[in-house]
Amino acid sequence: MSAPATTAPAPNAAARPWWRHPRVRVWGGFALAAAVLLGVAPVVLSDFRLNLLAKFLCLAMVAVGIGLAWGRGGMLVLGQGVFFGLGGYLMAMHMKLADAGPGGVPDFMLLYGDGVVPAWWEPLRDPVVTVLAILLVPAGVATLLGLAVFRRRVRGAYFAILSQALAAAFAILLVGQQKVTGGTNGLNGFRSFFGYDLADPVNKRMLYYVAAGVLLVMVAVVRLLMVSRFGELLVAVRDQENRVRFLGYDPANVKVVAYAVAACFAGVGGALFAPVVGIVSPADVGVIPSIGFLVGVAIGGRATLLGPVLGAIAVSWAQTGLSEQFPSFWTYFQGALFILVVAFLPNGFATLGGLWRRRRGAAVPGPGDAPADPPAGTSAHADDPGPDPAQDAATAARTAGRHA
Amino acid sequence: MTSSSLPAPTPPRSSRARSLALPVLAVATALALSACGARTAAGDTGTAGSTGAASCVDTSGDTVKIGFLNSLSGTMAISEQTVRDSLDLAAEEINAAGGVLGKQLEVVAEDGASEPTVFAEKAEKLIASDCVAAVFGGWTSSSRKAMLPVFEAKDALLFYPVQYEGLEASPNIFYTGATTNQQIIPGMDYLAEQGKKKVFLVGSDYVFPRTANKIINAYAEANGIEIVGEEYAPLGHTDFATIVNKLKASGADAVFNTLNGDSNVAFFKEFKNVGLTADAVPVVSVSIAEEEVGGIGVENVAGQLTAWNYYQTVDSPENTTFVAAFKAKYGEKRPTSDPMEAAYTSLHLWKGMVEKAGSFDVAAIQEAADGVTFDAPEGTVTVNGDNHHIAKTAYIGEIREDGLIYPVWESDGPIEPDPFLEGYDWAEGLS
Repeated sequence: MSAPATTAPAPNAAARPWWRHPRVRVWGGFALAAAVLLGVAPVVLSDFRLNLLAKFLCLAMVAVGIGLAWGRGGMLVLGQGVFFGLGGYLMAMHMKLADAGPGGVPDFMLLYGDGVVPAWWEPLRDPVVTVLAILLVPAGVATLLGLAVFRRRVRGAYFAILSQALAAAFAILLVGQQKVTGGTNGLNGFRSFFGYDLADPVNKRMLYYVAAGVLLVMVAVVRLLMVSRFGELLVAVRDQENRVRFLGYDPANVKVVAYAVAACFAGVGGALFAPVVGIVSPADVGVIPSIGFLVGVAIGGRATLLGPVLGAIAVSWAQTGLSEQFPSFWTYFQGALFILVVAFLPNGFATLGGLWRRRRGAAVPGPGDAPADPPAGTSAHADDPGPDPAQDAATAARTAGRHA
Repeated sequence: MTSSSLPAPTPPRSSRARSLALPVLAVATALALSACGARTAAGDTGTAGSTGAASCVDTSGDTVKIGFLNSLSGTMAISEQTVRDSLDLAAEEINAAGGVLGKQLEVVAEDGASEPTVFAEKAEKLIASDCVAAVFGGWTSSSRKAMLPVFEAKDALLFYPVQYEGLEASPNIFYTGATTNQQIIPGMDYLAEQGKKKVFLVGSDYVFPRTANKIINAYAEANGIEIVGEEYAPLGHTDFATIVNKLKASGADAVFNTLNGDSNVAFFKEFKNVGLTADAVPVVSVSIAEEEVGGIGVENVAGQLTAWNYYQTVDSPENTTFVAAFKAKYGEKRPTSDPMEAAYTSLHLWKGMVEKAGSFDVAAIQEAADGVTFDAPEGTVTVNGDNHHIAKTAYIGEIREDGLIYPVWESDGPIEPDPFLEGYDWAEGLS
């Protein structure tokens, strides 16, 4: 895919063989992942397992976004369930309307509501409007929220609490509006997905391919963002927001973009989750699932490219596997894994390789050259996304003095 | 490193972007191709796919697999574990008595984890991977709603053992708990018989209470009862000062309570605090069974009423045997309750259907289901082949100081299930 001949030689490329080149490794890994997801998995997995994998891929989409916002941007997003839910409900609303037929009323509105489709549901009868809404509404909400929050320099734990409160409020709102949202039951019983019969295993496979393709595109987009000027700014904002401000950038804008991209990814993940799983309910959008999204990212390695994806898939897979083997006490394994990772691998499993290399004392190029590796030197800041403002200001003042 | 290279624009960036175009394009193509392939395939098979979900149930050996799907973790675990226990008991009894059609039952157990999506996932696993002949379980409405499309798409059978809000009748589900006309309406009948004229409604904010209260409102209007208040609290809510004060101020002479779980503790404590008593203002609850009485505290609910179809104290030989067997297996202190009995009954009903059909085949069972009866601990129950619910006797019970619930009123024999309330004139337009 990315042949070494076409890549521009990096300054220190001569010091190592071409296969150690970070770009080759990243895109080689990407090609391998694509081959596994699109080629191997559909062949070796049964329909049931493949559908499960599709569900995990949807959760991994949220994780990719969290990797960008939290890992690279230092924003502890504890409320991604909101955007996941927005995407999921938008898609579910469209599917309910499509199942009801032109001008029809979704079944639950007849049973629990007054049998009238509210005006704000109507535009979602159109598939094009639905897709646009899925792409734009979560990102739009995140942009508005981000502008309001980051402009006021709210960050760290305050931002985390605020985003989590939003997830709690969103779930309560959905439960309370049973007549138009399905309440605790959520939206379920979808028959078709853009005209395709969901009971047909062939169409379930198609959904899997769509999910796998979308996830790969998302990973590619994040990689592009990571190595771009924006990606470097984002890391700079995470590590020293005030310095970035003194350099003439507006950190709020940088954060808003990362937050909106993460929200958009979560929304798309939710939108595919609904047809794959067959239900979207407040239980999928509240505080607990929002924290659940973070667990995989933390275990996988939040600041790395593939860590969040692999972490999310591995955690979900382990959850399913363990709960099948040990239905009564699988939750203890999950808890133990999380404790072990937090205690011994605070930057996630993806940092295991780097850690091992450093222990051996091998000459490793700087982390900036290999974005697949975590910025190990900045782990202290990443753990605490909001450094003490006073100390931060003092550092910034010193920096400013030096620059002057 | 990263920040030092920050301000200066770096020349190789454009070449970097070009080299990325290729893989992105490759992914897009792969995506488009995969979607195209499925599109034609979908057009070819069309609806054949759904009927083509051939059963993989293996009945060749001397065992047959069944699936138990209850929440063993999460918020519902405390309730659903009791259902699992009584399902295990029923399976053990059936196996000891020679199995079903001469085959021993082999139970595949799964954890629904109190999450609807997990219920859907595990249901599919039980049907497609384990090839079970039937699945028993589910508790919350959302878990049932999540599983329903799975069972319909795979054309498999679910036995759902909990009273619920009605308005559903899937050919792939057998509902062995009460529907609304076997629990809610008898509860109101009882209050009407007692001459109550002003009823206050309090419930948790989810589907069952809202649907139940919609039905109660229609009933009240038709029977000259005034609904003097209707209040909802979020699930898990524990501050009931406002609601109980409204209740007291409303002058209600009875309360219909659809609160779930912990909220009941706070509600009944507050109820007692403001000086209301079971004698003056009886509370009819539909989500408090023997299991919950201990948690709420007998002193807070003694004298209050419940509406169910079974109590541990029901006087019948079948119940004496059931209670004794349960206590022998799980301990003297464990009470038996309505959902547990309904789950126990569901497994025996399935056995009856299979034996009547002479086969484990889903279509044969659906065909044979009508009229299958079982002498359950609650009394004789009969399967209705049209809506897949069962005829059950309704009991109004009173909670006494020993923590048990004693029947004070019962319906004239089993009530035919009517999930859409088609047999009630006043219910017209409700569904």
